[in-house]
Amino acid sequence: MADLIQQVAVHRSVDAYRELYVTYAPRIKSYMMRQGADPATAEELAQETLLMVWRKAALYSGEKGSPTTWIFTIARNLRIDRLRREVAWQELPEGHNEIASSDALPDEVASDAERSGRVTAALAKLPPDQYEVVSLSFLDGLSHSEIAARLNLPLGTVKSRMRLAYQKVRETVEELK
Amino acid sequence: MTITHHPDSSTLMSFAAGALEEALSAVVAAHAVMCEDCRKELRLMDGLGGAVMSGIANAKLADEAPVAVSAAEGVHRLRAPELSPNKNAGAAAETISRVLRGDLSRVRWRRLGIGVWHMPLTLSDRGRGDLRLIKVAPGLAMPDHGHGGAELTFILDGSYTDKIGTFAHGDIADLDEDVEHMPVADRKTGCMCLIASERPVRFKGLVARIVQPFIGI
Repeated sequence: MADLIQQVAVHRSVDAYRELYVTYAPRIKSYMMRQGADPATAEELAQETLLMVWRKAALYSGEKGSPTTWIFTIARNLRIDRLRREVAWQELPEGHNEIASSDALPDEVASDAERSGRVTAALAKLPPDQYEVVSLSFLDGLSHSEIAARLNLPLGTVKSRMRLAYQKVRETVEELK
Repeated sequence: MTITHHPDSSTLMSFAAGALEEALSAVVAAHAVMCEDCRKELRLMDGLGGAVMSGIANAKLADEAPVAVSAAEGVHRLRAPELSPNKNAGAAAETISRVLRGDLSRVRWRRLGIGVWHMPLTLSDRGRGDLRLIKVAPGLAMPDHGHGGAELTFILDGSYTDKIGTFAHGDIADLDEDVEHMPVADRKTGCMCLIASERPVRFKGLVARIVQPFIGI
């Protein structure tokens, strides 16, 4: 996938772009629908996300994580902006997202693909109650209070499940070092 | 410079998910500018987000090849997909960014009570939460108070001390609604912070109850 982005960036390859589109647009459409977008709006937002990939491909580097991670951050910010109608503060006050993302140490970059695999494996192994809060947060975009209300749980329980889930993912990735 | 207090990892997760309220996100973003450790955590959390997104079922596209592309013209069916400009939030970001650099020229303090000043920052129209700069005079103690929801305090200058510890420049206090505390501003420098609350805080009521400058901490 990184190669496809590279081809889009350097050669403006339409074929590479189509392949990225077919791979990511259906997932991003699902993602937008989880936040409550109707199918037509969700598809438009998926198109916009991929269009940003087309336009920003030259800014992509392995330092931003895997292509999936990079595309996730674009989709997430677009969702905050269009569906929540809030400001995507992820960009940091100066708007220097690119600079902020370039702190990766060389060894981290080198093992990026492996790290992605580890994260996915760690997620798959989470206990269902921990996976549930992660999923409600990342996919449904619910705040901790909203998750607590949805699951009828104390706020503290939601937070501790979230902490435990992250701790496991983090430990799995750290084993690589 | 050493940063001692960071946001809770559950708060960072919510931020990375794009689920954290706008006001609280602004404070996390301000801290992340200064904190390499948290930027690293966030990068890993972004990766977690990518992995979670990869796992969802594909939605059926209405149009399998919807975007007209040509090598010469690029992608042109859609308008340029820039994020919506928002003057208000842009101004808040600009103000925070300046204050982080030590420039207070945009800050218009309004007196809230004896020894306390504030400047509310405007969020986007639908932005959730409350965001403001607060300045507390040296040695002043805020009365013992709880919070009507999550609250994040980022220290811009000076410091304050409560039962949890001392919070100085770059630190974040990540308080649950059930935490009650009585912060005391540093006796020499006072304390300037950026505070975000999930729900509007009753600052006025709080300030009305401010006790006399607390001597001898």
